[in-house]
Amino acid sequence: MTLLLEDRAAIRPDGAAFDPVAVRRQFPIFGRNPGLTFLDTAASAQKPRAVIDGMAEFYRTDYANVHRGVYGLSARSTARFEAARETVARFLNAADASEIVFVRGATEGINLVAQSWGPAFLRPGDQVVVSELEHHSNIVPWQMLRQRLGIELVVAPIGADGALDLVAFQGLLGPRTRLVAMTHLANVTGHVVAVEAVVRLAHAQGAVVLLDGCQAVPRLPVDVRALDCDFYVFSGHKCYGPTGIGVLYAKRALLDAMPPWQGGGDMIRTVSFAETTYQDAPQRFEAGTPDIAGAVGLALALDFMDGLSRAAIRDHEAALTRYAEALLTEIPGVSLVAAGGSRLGALSFLVDGIHPHDLATIFDQHDVAVRAGHHCAQPLMDRLDLPATARASFGVYSTEADVERLAEAIRAAQKLFGVAAR
Amino acid sequence: MDLRDLYQDIILDHGRSPRNFRALATPSHFAHGHNPLCGDKVTVFLRLDGDRIVDVSFEGKGCAISTASASLMTEVVLNKTLAEAEALFGHFHGAVTGGGGDLPVALAEEGERLQPLTGVKAYPTRVKCATLAWHTLEAAVKGGGLPVPVKTE
Repeated sequence: MTLLLEDRAAIRPDGAAFDPVAVRRQFPIFGRNPGLTFLDTAASAQKPRAVIDGMAEFYRTDYANVHRGVYGLSARSTARFEAARETVARFLNAADASEIVFVRGATEGINLVAQSWGPAFLRPGDQVVVSELEHHSNIVPWQMLRQRLGIELVVAPIGADGALDLVAFQGLLGPRTRLVAMTHLANVTGHVVAVEAVVRLAHAQGAVVLLDGCQAVPRLPVDVRALDCDFYVFSGHKCYGPTGIGVLYAKRALLDAMPPWQGGGDMIRTVSFAETTYQDAPQRFEAGTPDIAGAVGLALALDFMDGLSRAAIRDHEAALTRYAEALLTEIPGVSLVAAGGSRLGALSFLVDGIHPHDLATIFDQHDVAVRAGHHCAQPLMDRLDLPATARASFGVYSTEADVERLAEAIRAAQKLFGVAAR
Repeated sequence: MDLRDLYQDIILDHGRSPRNFRALATPSHFAHGHNPLCGDKVTVFLRLDGDRIVDVSFEGKGCAISTASASLMTEVVLNKTLAEAEALFGHFHGAVTGGGGDLPVALAEEGERLQPLTGVKAYPTRVKCATLAWHTLEAAVKGGGLPVPVKTE
């Protein structure tokens, strides 16, 4: 794994080793579903008790609308909401909490950049560069912008190993490149993208960089200042937090230069029918009552991850991924998708003679939950010439036993389909 | 539910070795079907003589259920009238979604041939796999008519 990030928390304060079985006990879903082998964390992570109970407790004790009430309860609620913003800023190592905009999820974060930054900074003929690895959420907003502004969408290819082809990427950059929008960790293949190089090459051309951290934030220590990216987005629900909340990080100077994208309450300073003036960032981008409890829950989830140590989480995910690669590829007829490159926390695989959808149905009978399909990345599927893959992905609660049950389920599927070991 | 009720031998056989798996050289009707959920793609080709299906085939990529369903469909609708094919679809659709329509006695044998696929009704996420080819057949009949027979190869 190539990480230029500083491992500030390489060793847990108490010196204890990472124990996924103990971590698992903090997730009530596994108590209620004792036989469950959950290998679809890349779609959405399960929630620890700290988040579930902490959000309920917030509703019970401190909840009111934010930024408005003079009364004490509203002040307390506002304090919790803004403290959540501080937590996110610390978690990403942003320079200031005002660089954190709360959104519904990474998808909304990308759309915010496309709809606010896009028209303000892009002219017809300007280029936005994405990669073949992208999730639909980092493709479609740029296509919509292409339709609206007459910009060009340029696609950086992957190499034979499935990793971003950095040489080809560099060759695509030019004076018309204004933005590079790229995933930090590919959701289909699990590949970690060399985003440090991407940022460096893009900045050398004067382009700004948006990184999609949906899969990276749950698995890697992410330091936006070390990365020097201009925008970074992620979703709360993929990193053990609630659904409906996500984060757009943007360098303050960029946010200051961006117009509002949605109008409403909370984002204004003064309103008259003649003229309205807007709040500064980040409030300018948060029209309407925000997902207050969602932000509180997200902060609890990020604290939970920090409590486990993000370096320890990364090492756990890496070890499980290596174990899964070894266990699956020793089964005759099983192959990894985009087998080269460095994977973290997710892998797609194929079983000869069994369609991924049939696999997922058979696995389900063994209470093994994996994702089968195109994983919201149809262009990558076309590039790999695959209609679908099966994907297993891991979380802090995943164990080697989960991987072993997956391997057993694959063998059972092969037996059922009569394509068992040659 | 036992997986064997879903993946019966006849399903696995047709999934592995689909019948009528080819393009027609001179179809009178065809349509593409796509299940965006799983990426399954199927193209159904028909040659009609009046309202009778005198040739039918399919091509595509899909799971065992969708491939077997398309394969069995081509077998049961061959030499049937469009009204008979529609009745078979209505019956089959009902059988896999839990409704189950009556079938004219004359089509009882064809209905019986489709019976192994009805295990899919216990797997709601897979029903669309079983009905994709039929919906595509319907689309071919309704909107896939070609002005003149064309060569596709």
